[in-house]
Amino acid sequence: MTTTTRSDRAPGDAAPSPEVQPTAPAGVLIYTIGLLLAVVLTATSFWVANTSLLWGPGVPLGLAVLAIAQMGVHLVFFLHITTGPDSTNNVLALAFGVLIVALVIAGSLWIMANLNANMTMSPGLMDLHMQR
Amino acid sequence: MNAAATVDELQPDALVPAGEAGPASKRIVVAYGFWIFLLSDIVMFAALFAAYAVLKSGTAGGPAGAQLFNQVTAAIETACLLVSSYTCGLMSLAIRSQRRPATYFFAAITFVLGVAFLALELREFASMIAEGATPQRSAFLSAFFALVGCHGLHVGVGLIWLIVMMAQVAFMGFRASVQRRLLCFSLFWHALDIIWVGLFTVVYLMGIIQ
Repeated sequence: MTTTTRSDRAPGDAAPSPEVQPTAPAGVLIYTIGLLLAVVLTATSFWVANTSLLWGPGVPLGLAVLAIAQMGVHLVFFLHITTGPDSTNNVLALAFGVLIVALVIAGSLWIMANLNANMTMSPGLMDLHMQR
Repeated sequence: MNAAATVDELQPDALVPAGEAGPASKRIVVAYGFWIFLLSDIVMFAALFAAYAVLKSGTAGGPAGAQLFNQVTAAIETACLLVSSYTCGLMSLAIRSQRRPATYFFAAITFVLGVAFLALELREFASMIAEGATPQRSAFLSAFFALVGCHGLHVGVGLIWLIVMMAQVAFMGFRASVQRRLLCFSLFWHALDIIWVGLFTVVYLMGIIQ
């Protein structure tokens, strides 16, 4: 096996080790750290959704932050997407995907909320409208 | 030595920068292409998420999420999928070092947990439909079944794929093409878990807090 080729890295592959063998214990350790972090974040999410200690209107934002953090944990520890130079292509594709996802979700919510706000109709009148 | 080593030997020189090193190995090209497919799949899920978020309050007088969702079921489903993602990672380590019994072992755990997830989800769907909360009932329920059902469909396809891959390992061994497919499978399985993180947050947890 060659030692220090500077090739790109496939997504899902761990960092190519400079040593000969792919160092199994380090790989297990990475996955285990990821699992523990994900469990902590998931448990926190369920706790945040059920507790009455927190300020109610802030709970959805907190849940969103926890979910995005957990997605980051999955990307780094399970999919091995890193900031290293051998992973640039994967990160750029991911960045484009995140851009499109953000545009689709935020744009849909924004424009539909705007339409709803502009269509001020009483619920009774709205039901009449929908029955036809 | 092994199949991965022969692919690595295609790289000509240790000192050549990545841009001038010639074509990337097939493993990298295949995984990158599959990565782009997964991102496009996630974009499709983003559209379903957006539809769900917009239609969430459109219950048309029918049941809302707070009355339908069982948080304990969602928590068990989450645990199943998270641990199966972990064992899938351990399986890919076993594949890298070409340990066949460990590969079968972790694949079996991954498969059982995936089946448990799917069974819980189908049971939840069945109980909702039995209560009259069918996809036809309201815009909210249409969006719910489209979003969660599409994810469940992906999990089902992943389970079939896992069986096929284990058959290939059994009959073809750890040849390079099988290893590439196994890499794609593990990417797919991890991506499904990432989508589930968004799903249990947006659907189940945000559904019960309102």
